[in-house]
Amino acid sequence: MPAGARQAARCAGLERPQIAFSNVTLVLGGKTIVENISLDVKPGEFLCIIGASGCGKTTALRLAAGLYQPTGGAVSFDGKPMLMPRRDIAIVFQDYGKALLPWRTAAGNVSLALEASGVASSERAGRIDQLLKKVGLPNHAEKYPAEMSGGMQQRLQIARCLAQEPKALLMDEPFGALDAMTRQGLQDEVLSLVRASEATVIFVTHDLEEAIYLGDRVIGLSPHPGRIGIELKIDLPRPRDQLTTREDPEFLRLRRELFDFIKASEA
Amino acid sequence: MIPERVKALLLPVAALVALEIWARAIHLQSDSLAPPSAVAAALVGAFQDGSILIATRDTLVPAFAGLSIGGAIGLAFGIALGIFHVFDRLMEVTIEAIRPIPSIALLPIALIALGFGYRMEIVIVAFACIWPILVLSRAAVGGIEPRLMEVSRALRLSPADRVRKIIIPAALPRIFLAFRLAAGIALIVAVTVEIAINPIGLGAAIMTAQQALRPELMLAYLLWIGIVGYLLNTGLVVAQNHLFGRAALVRDPA
Repeated sequence: MPAGARQAARCAGLERPQIAFSNVTLVLGGKTIVENISLDVKPGEFLCIIGASGCGKTTALRLAAGLYQPTGGAVSFDGKPMLMPRRDIAIVFQDYGKALLPWRTAAGNVSLALEASGVASSERAGRIDQLLKKVGLPNHAEKYPAEMSGGMQQRLQIARCLAQEPKALLMDEPFGALDAMTRQGLQDEVLSLVRASEATVIFVTHDLEEAIYLGDRVIGLSPHPGRIGIELKIDLPRPRDQLTTREDPEFLRLRRELFDFIKASEA
Repeated sequence: MIPERVKALLLPVAALVALEIWARAIHLQSDSLAPPSAVAAALVGAFQDGSILIATRDTLVPAFAGLSIGGAIGLAFGIALGIFHVFDRLMEVTIEAIRPIPSIALLPIALIALGFGYRMEIVIVAFACIWPILVLSRAAVGGIEPRLMEVSRALRLSPADRVRKIIIPAALPRIFLAFRLAAGIALIVAVTVEIAINPIGLGAAIMTAQQALRPELMLAYLLWIGIVGYLLNTGLVVAQNHLFGRAALVRDPA
């Protein structure tokens, strides 16, 4: 489907949800982590989840990934129940240093995802070059993760996720550990990569501005137990720009609203 | 670098010279001691008639064979126990009951079942080598970064690929360390079996020299066992640095 038609369908609400939570509850070790979350994410949508620390953001993401099974309710993907992780759902972990294989080079790390999907070894080298170029690491193929900066390691993890050719990209505070400049650069790169791949994104962050800047929609979770506390549609024009978007009065209004929500939920 | 090494040699050399002077001064007549020069001469003699080379072979063959067999068993069980916690629970009592048995205590049984020679020695060395490798590889697998296991789940790696591409490489540096430890144990156990009962190898050669009242030859063998052990460990350290040089760099990030 061309992007225009897709956009129109999305606006008209015609597409069925790609990721759907229906009354999802998760109890771990006698503690209710998230409760009664119902949520539809449309194909191609960029959904951001925010909330105070310990509100179950990451848990919600893991449920969407199939890494956790809900205690109550159900998570479905493309209309089918999620019973285990799928290769067309890629997860970008926050702790890139732990999620990369330290004994493999950058190229080797990307290769892992291709090997998992059964890509023939003759095709891999070309695909790896392409993916590393896409995330801005064309000259670092032979470097080991420990020889790369944090920003580069996170780019590498994103490249590995893109190698899965995901229909959905789940990102768990991917830029949380990076400095402000690196973070802004990567935000724009992720936006353009996602637009090119048309993947659905769930992006967990504790940075309110980041959520508004990136998302089509922002959901705020209230803590203890985690449940949906606020839902905001972000109608800021795309492509977004680090300066003008962030100065838009609508941006400031949304930021205020989310800020008040977080403050109220922490009280 | 060189001056440091020279300094490190200073004390042993001085001790040897002192021992030599003392032994000559009192005209040493002993069944257990010999002047360093006599020990050196005995060592050279043992090399010239080839006896020490045969004895070394007869010790190293069962030591390495036992290390390989015991290491393979220990590694397989260690990885399996590290992955499957149910299996670990089931085997825990059995393993903890068998593990404390000193390998040398198996000598009488092994001797009856297998007689003198390589086979009996290999079995005992293997038994001794299983445990350090099992325990350490189990810990190495259990200590793998949980995030890596999640990555392998998210990528839907097959169980075989999970072991081959994630678990073994992640645990390998620590498994190799276990292997080094076991190599030392293999040499110790092999020589012990030979001293106790098996009439081959370096251990038996020491016993023969002792019974022939040739302390200089006995000490020469002792010295040689030390050198073999040292070379073995050095070789493994070099191999380790060669294999994991860049991975080691990764282990402790700056």
